[in-house]
Amino acid sequence: MTEILELTAAAAAERVRAGELDPAELFDAYRERAAAEELNAFTWVADGPPANGDYSSAPLGGVPLAVKDLFCTEGVPSQAGSKILEGYRPPYTATVVRKLAQAGAPLLGKTNQDEFAMGSSNENSGFGPVLNPWDRTRVPGGSSGGSAAAVAAGLAPWAIGTDTGGSIRQPAALCGIVGLKPTYGACSRYGMIAFASSLDQAGPLTRDVTDAALLFSRMVGRDHCDSTSLEFPGELTLPKAQDLKGIRLGVPEELTGDTGGVEPGVRESFEATLKLAEGLGATIEPCQLPHAPHALSAYYLIAPAEASANLARFDGVRYGLRVDGDKDLLTMYAHTRAAGFGPEVKRRIMLGTYALSSGYYDAYYGTAQKVRTKISEDFRAAFERFDFVVTPTSPWTAFELGAKTDDPLAMYLNDFCTVPMPLAGIPAISIPSGLSDDLPVGFQLAGPAFSEQRLLDAAYALERAIGFDGSSARR
Amino acid sequence: MTSGPTVAGVEYEPVIGLEIHVQLKTVTKMFCGCELSFGDEPNSHCCAVCLGLPGALPVVNERAIHFGLMIGLAFGCEIADRSLFHRKNYFYPDSPKGYQISQYDVPLCLGGQVGDVRIHRVHLEEDAAKLNHIGASGRIHGADRSWVDFNRCGTPLVEIVTEPDLRSSEHARDWLRLLRSTLRVLGVSDVNMEEGSLRCDANVSVRPAGSADYGTKTELKNMNSFRFLERGVRAEIDRQIGILNAGEAVVQETLHFDPTSGNITALRSKEEAHDYRYFPEPDLVPLLATETMIAAARADLPELPADRAQRFERDLGLSAESARLLGFRTELGDYFERALAADGDDPVALANWIPPLIERIGSDQDPADSKVSPESLATLAAMVGAKEVSRDAARDVLTKMVEDGGDPREIVAREGLGALSGEDDGLAALVDAAIASDPDAAEQVRDGNRRAIGPLVGYVMRESKGRADGGEVTRLLMERLQAS
Repeated sequence: MTEILELTAAAAAERVRAGELDPAELFDAYRERAAAEELNAFTWVADGPPANGDYSSAPLGGVPLAVKDLFCTEGVPSQAGSKILEGYRPPYTATVVRKLAQAGAPLLGKTNQDEFAMGSSNENSGFGPVLNPWDRTRVPGGSSGGSAAAVAAGLAPWAIGTDTGGSIRQPAALCGIVGLKPTYGACSRYGMIAFASSLDQAGPLTRDVTDAALLFSRMVGRDHCDSTSLEFPGELTLPKAQDLKGIRLGVPEELTGDTGGVEPGVRESFEATLKLAEGLGATIEPCQLPHAPHALSAYYLIAPAEASANLARFDGVRYGLRVDGDKDLLTMYAHTRAAGFGPEVKRRIMLGTYALSSGYYDAYYGTAQKVRTKISEDFRAAFERFDFVVTPTSPWTAFELGAKTDDPLAMYLNDFCTVPMPLAGIPAISIPSGLSDDLPVGFQLAGPAFSEQRLLDAAYALERAIGFDGSSARR
Repeated sequence: MTSGPTVAGVEYEPVIGLEIHVQLKTVTKMFCGCELSFGDEPNSHCCAVCLGLPGALPVVNERAIHFGLMIGLAFGCEIADRSLFHRKNYFYPDSPKGYQISQYDVPLCLGGQVGDVRIHRVHLEEDAAKLNHIGASGRIHGADRSWVDFNRCGTPLVEIVTEPDLRSSEHARDWLRLLRSTLRVLGVSDVNMEEGSLRCDANVSVRPAGSADYGTKTELKNMNSFRFLERGVRAEIDRQIGILNAGEAVVQETLHFDPTSGNITALRSKEEAHDYRYFPEPDLVPLLATETMIAAARADLPELPADRAQRFERDLGLSAESARLLGFRTELGDYFERALAADGDDPVALANWIPPLIERIGSDQDPADSKVSPESLATLAAMVGAKEVSRDAARDVLTKMVEDGGDPREIVAREGLGALSGEDDGLAALVDAAIASDPDAAEQVRDGNRRAIGPLVGYVMRESKGRADGGEVTRLLMERLQAS
């Protein structure tokens, strides 16, 4: 049993395909742990493995998958962490979840998250906060905190989440696992309950880089149901790179200097990782992303603006929560949304509504879009000189529950290093680089659009050099 | 011109622009694969996308783009090679996403002209769901319950906005007819106002005649027939002139015209002024109209009503009025051309038989649905031209054809309505009888007063029961009176 749980997903898949591991046994091992968990990582757990589970030739070998709550799963609660969707069971399944199931990753359960993916600590869930398996007094990060905690704690072999401003990478960092935010358009968004449509991307949260590569390779592809999705250029293979020879790493001063308020322990781990990279043959130089410090401001205009429209459909008319008003439409809307949405969601709806309002559009939304363009140009320029840009994933390690809930701006600073990449639509990966005061630290690599294969290769080489051991969180 | 009489003696000129919504006749909806339907069981044609379920995404219907391009090309618009969809945000139960996907500052088509009216823009969007209010009022206020039928939701629409080039309610009505036939010929819509596949709002203002400035405009919503449009706009023009004559100011507002009472009331609902917070739809990529797409749309363009009218006038010698009637009303033009194919000797004479025909079958009817075939109408016109039947008798024959159908030659023979010719003894006898019946008149004609011939001609026409040809009768009378 313990032996099964210590297998990476890729290793487990291989054993299933080789006939050495019963996929039903594998499923049940995780199902039992997920059903008995105490981190509040799951909002729903499957009763058992799906019938007809022949995974002898399935690429993903029947290794069960934890899925962030905001992915629609047919007949299974899909609530996006919100009371307004409590008990909502969609009539269809998100493309990415369907593809992964077809490739042999059956649904293990749905994971807790910040409501509508708005948050960096998972404390904004309508179904209670998720606890960090490294220290249960601390947050797992967010918004894909349930997925990150589940993988880190060995409640699931692997998981998918979504990243809008850091929602895969930051919880991966805080939980000591790998998180990949793909190029915008690489994975279909169809069936993902939207937060900010121009930024949202699905991606894997896994124990190691190989698992991330394997899961990601089955998520990508053009989907005729998502006009913004694209065919992934080139083939994705499992990473094999042993070193970083010839790889040029750029360290953006704007994201690693004092502005971001990077903790000393995080800085130490970051610098140690750069040394390791150098030892693997990489060259390391400072680089400039002049507009990156404005990314957070642009993000907190664009994402709420899109969210204010995306969340308008939760009106009590067709599905989800409905609180009747005084027999009139307007009060029904008001009561439903007042009762169904949490404070952070309301804050962002108001921010976004304001940013799009007549007379303010140009100053806020319009300006933010210009900044976004500038940030993309900064990255383009950087990638002319560098293969990847590297930063700490989060300025801090996992913080205590409640530490930042009264200060939204401090909470938003969590995303300081992760927000520029989705604004530019480029991929980035977070890998564990070590511990600081017994808490995991994340190291982030970002590359040009559709550079995932190279990104995964480099992350793999670094991962081997770092030799991070996350097994203590699984006990 | 519907400028009313004024107290102060100021002559007012109405200025009218129209906003027309047209449901496109695609197989499926604008952003999903649901079939279009009208009158089917409520909520039988909907899916995750058009119900606005969480996680669903729109995908643009290529056929709708094709139709949009055809319309733009037909109107002579400038086609944007890259246009954008926006979200137009508003809360209402007919809008499942809380926003409508529409085009805003970069529409598919800009400029253009239909007939004598300039087009401001043409853009693509999606229709809302249909609300049915249960209760005495029939409106949302005071309804016991309201049902939402999402079958209509997501139906592809084009919105056509004109420049304020219309100058009277009749002008607006006639132009909308032209627009409808243009769209019908294009085959892009059913353009049925009763079923709502063609919907019209009017922006109305008045200004002192000769003024270059515009007055304050009001928006008259949803006039669902040509007659209501005409009546509504006329009522609004009169209302505005009344306000101005009373020394007051017109208030910019959205109005509802009640065709039953003729009253105009202000709308207090979602149609009120809103901040729609438009922003580019992030779920869709920019719409690229490629050369290939434009060429395909151009290849599908049929002859348009305005062009057809021009051809009738130029090539067939029809009067401008006749050419417009037959060109702008597609069904009349089609009927005319079928008749012309049967006998094309005298297109002008043939065209002149269309108005008497529609007068008899009902002015809004399609003559193709009547008992009169185009071939038999051509025969009748040719018989008149060959003086085989007099014009008056032919009108009676046409009435019989409308009632019972049949071949005009047979009707003429059966009813004995054949023209009396000069060589016919019966006509000569009637001419003699006329002269005998009114010797005074005959004398005056002999003395050179040609106008005195009237009563004599009248006598013959009366006695022949219209079978005689007036010109022939005059000729015979003059012959007799001058010879004697």
